[in-house]
Amino acid sequence: MKVLLSTTVNGEQVQEAVLPRTSLADFLREDLGLTGTHLGCEMGACGACLVLMDGVPVHACLVLAVQAEGSTIETIEGLNETGAAADLQAHFHDRNALQCGFCTNGMLMSAQALLEANPVPTRDEIRDALSGNYCRCTGYEAIVDAIDTTARDRAARTEAAK
Amino acid sequence: MTLHIGQSQRRENARRHLAGRGRFVSDLALPRMLHAVFVRSPMAKGRLVEIDTSEAEQSPGVVRILTAAELNARCKPWVGTLDHFAGMQSPPMSILAEEEVLWTGQPVAMIIAKSRAEAEDAADLVMVDIEDSEPVTDGAAALQDGAPLANSGARDNLCYEALLETPAVNEAFADAAHVVEASFTFGRHTAVTLEPRAVIADFDPSSGALTVHHGTQTPYQFQDVYARHFGLPEGKVRVIAPDVGGSFGMKLHVYNEEMGAVAASMILERPVRYVADRLESFLSDIHARDHIVKGRMALDAEGKILAMDVDDLAPVGAVSAYPRTSAAEGNQVIRLMGAPYNMPDYRGRLQVAFQNKVQTSQYRAVGHPIACAVTEALVERAAEVTGLDPFEIRARNLIADDAYPHVSATGYQFEKLSHQASLAKLREMMDPDALRADQARLREQGIYRGFGIASFVEITNPGAAFYGVGGARISAQDGAVVRMTPSGDIHCAISVTEQGQGTETIIAQVVADQLGVSPERVSVTTGDTATTPSGGATWACRGAGIGGETALRAGRKLRERILTLAGALLQADPATLRLEDGAVVDVATGEARITLEEIGRVATYRPDTLPDGVDHSLTVAHHFAPSGYPFDFTNGIQGSLVEVDVETGIVRILKHWVVEDCGRIINPLLVDEQIRGGVVQGLGPAFFEECQYDADGQLTNGSLADYLVPMACEMPDIEIAHIETPTEDTILGAKGVGEAGTAAAGAAAMNAVNDALRPFGARLTQTPMTPLRILDALDAARKQRTDP
Ligand code: FES
Ligand code: FES
Repeated sequence: MKVLLSTTVNGEQVQEAVLPRTSLADFLREDLGLTGTHLGCEMGACGACLVLMDGVPVHACLVLAVQAEGSTIETIEGLNETGAAADLQAHFHDRNALQCGFCTNGMLMSAQALLEANPVPTRDEIRDALSGNYCRCTGYEAIVDAIDTTARDRAARTEAAK
Repeated sequence: MTLHIGQSQRRENARRHLAGRGRFVSDLALPRMLHAVFVRSPMAKGRLVEIDTSEAEQSPGVVRILTAAELNARCKPWVGTLDHFAGMQSPPMSILAEEEVLWTGQPVAMIIAKSRAEAEDAADLVMVDIEDSEPVTDGAAALQDGAPLANSGARDNLCYEALLETPAVNEAFADAAHVVEASFTFGRHTAVTLEPRAVIADFDPSSGALTVHHGTQTPYQFQDVYARHFGLPEGKVRVIAPDVGGSFGMKLHVYNEEMGAVAASMILERPVRYVADRLESFLSDIHARDHIVKGRMALDAEGKILAMDVDDLAPVGAVSAYPRTSAAEGNQVIRLMGAPYNMPDYRGRLQVAFQNKVQTSQYRAVGHPIACAVTEALVERAAEVTGLDPFEIRARNLIADDAYPHVSATGYQFEKLSHQASLAKLREMMDPDALRADQARLREQGIYRGFGIASFVEITNPGAAFYGVGGARISAQDGAVVRMTPSGDIHCAISVTEQGQGTETIIAQVVADQLGVSPERVSVTTGDTATTPSGGATWACRGAGIGGETALRAGRKLRERILTLAGALLQADPATLRLEDGAVVDVATGEARITLEEIGRVATYRPDTLPDGVDHSLTVAHHFAPSGYPFDFTNGIQGSLVEVDVETGIVRILKHWVVEDCGRIINPLLVDEQIRGGVVQGLGPAFFEECQYDADGQLTNGSLADYLVPMACEMPDIEIAHIETPTEDTILGAKGVGEAGTAAAGAAAMNAVNDALRPFGARLTQTPMTPLRILDALDAARKQRTDP
């Protein structure tokens, strides 16, 4: 039996009927066509499905769509459009911090959340913050570099603004 | 004019992924599409007695349940042997098990439903009655007399065997001053691409055309496979590989599930999608490695290597993979032994055995990590017995940089490598004297660090010698169509494919330089058999070497065409003209005479204004197959620094170094990231990754929570340096780099761990080097000390 779900996704009001067992990831990908959220394990281990739910990264494969009732969801498509992570994306591009791109959505979500909580992390702290994000292609170093550069750039800009 | 070959051009196509606009097969939905789920054998070996689908058929959303009788009839069975592997056997394989199940997870029935979730619900309702029998799991036991057959379609459990031997190998061992030996076990692991295997088969009965959206690195190979096995004309089969979420060799094999999706689409005349979930990936993707190797090395009194003698036992599952076989890895293991060194004599024996597990086959760096780890561990022992340091013993044995061409004792022909220069460079980067001093100081504080190095060669740019000569329909050549658009932009459609390594970017760079334009003006199409010429695509590091050369030669052909046309327009001798910065330039004066845009305009819209007989076609095609050497080799050396906690057995990987020679470097940024990714795929299986089976042939850790993959916090920073020795077989001179990192990372790491454990006399010879195995080795060494 489908239930009605109202939530805000990437700034848009969404009202859809969903099966209670539908995961948030399947809802975003299949019902809303937001395929930038990926599925790598469907058990909370790989981080490919991370989205921001009320500003906090959650595994969309573990959250049920109905749990998003009344909340605000931001996916990679939304994050991209707001431009809030444009510098991070640019540094990923510049440093070639992605190959196949399947992990990239989750990496950006983790990085964005990390830099919010800890604006100037050490390399070890960056590596720790990515401990739930699996990447098979890059070997991680380029990702760490890109996040590191973004952090230092942002800090320098904040400093300059003072 | 600046050349773009050699520049760190950024990947244009990466921007889509950063914006969440990737287009993977798993993202695609077609009208009227159905979803497939497989019912799998819960047992490793047994007789299929009955499959009862009656309850499942009533399950909501189910459209059809397909069993072997209906599904297998659609598809000609496949046989994973190659003619040049003499005596090799492998029983035929069909989509679903018929009488016998051969491994845990083998598909026995296929559910087609309106949604994946509904198909999964129905799969739970299928009753499968299997009379189980004792599985053959252990490779050595499989080859013993009287062992039960792993696959009743086989003569015995020996899939393939090979022997390489030089005439004087026995004398070399008899005359040796030192002989070192050891046995090694390399665990089974698997590719774990982040995007699982995914396919959508779309058969259109009105036109008889089959379109398959397939996450693969080799679309043309699958076009051929689908055409032949489903009895369709090749021209009616189109395979499209859009963005692929990692492949690494794993996605170029034929799998039961993909064949099943095609068969089901033909039966139901609707698109059928199959996307593996992670648990199915562990049960059905090819696994890799799984070798037990006994090795000996003979040395003279000065520490010069005289010979090696190795025995490789490789259990590969119940059938050999198709179309590349499961014997190719073992074949490369015995041929790559001792490859970096002057080694006059050699014996290598390979036995490939059937067993009741999912098949193993080619995965990144096929055979290299095994041969490298065995060779380099024996070199390390040789250093110990001869009292030489790891750098010195290699300096004495590496093939000299001026001694090429060189033929190895296993028959490989090396055009030109740079082992000595690489060794010198690595020494400079690592500063071993400082590392030794640190090691000694820290040992006094109870901290055990070690470093290890490993030289390697990597096979790249294979011609027909790899598969073609064995009868496999796997293209040794690649093709490109390069054209100039009416506005003077360039388009290149090429058969090599992109999985994120940067294929499209380097092809644009190469083409740009032939035509005097910036790479931004070159768009590249890959991965679709309908829009690109046929070719081998991307495997065995052929993208840069063979794909790059194809693009270069096609680009030059178009350049000739443009210059001829420009000559006619300008009434100039084409030999006095060249292309630069988007225009035709007078060679003598450097003056721009006419832009590409203007040439495009005239050729397209006003060909009537051209002199009679001038060819105004601005599209050229070129195909290239390597000739000369049967394949190229790259070389390099890696170093690893680790710290072992001798109380817990936990290893911290502190640093990794790579010196690599991949010939001409087209894009340094992309090359380095290929190496880094490769290194981590070598370190993973060295420390964490292993498919663990119990005695009943059940995979016990088949999920991403239980199977350990390398994560960011466990991996080191990786320092990279290059030597450039271009191949002279091609104009471009590029070789390939995708597998170099994986080839030697584990070998260097094993030497590093053993260096750290040296004060205890403990030694690891098994991968992954888990904490438990390290503690066991320490324990064994302790027992030996107290109870010799
Ligand atoms: S798909 Fe959600 S964590 Fe892997
Ligand atoms: S870029 Fe492929 S998984 Fe990270």
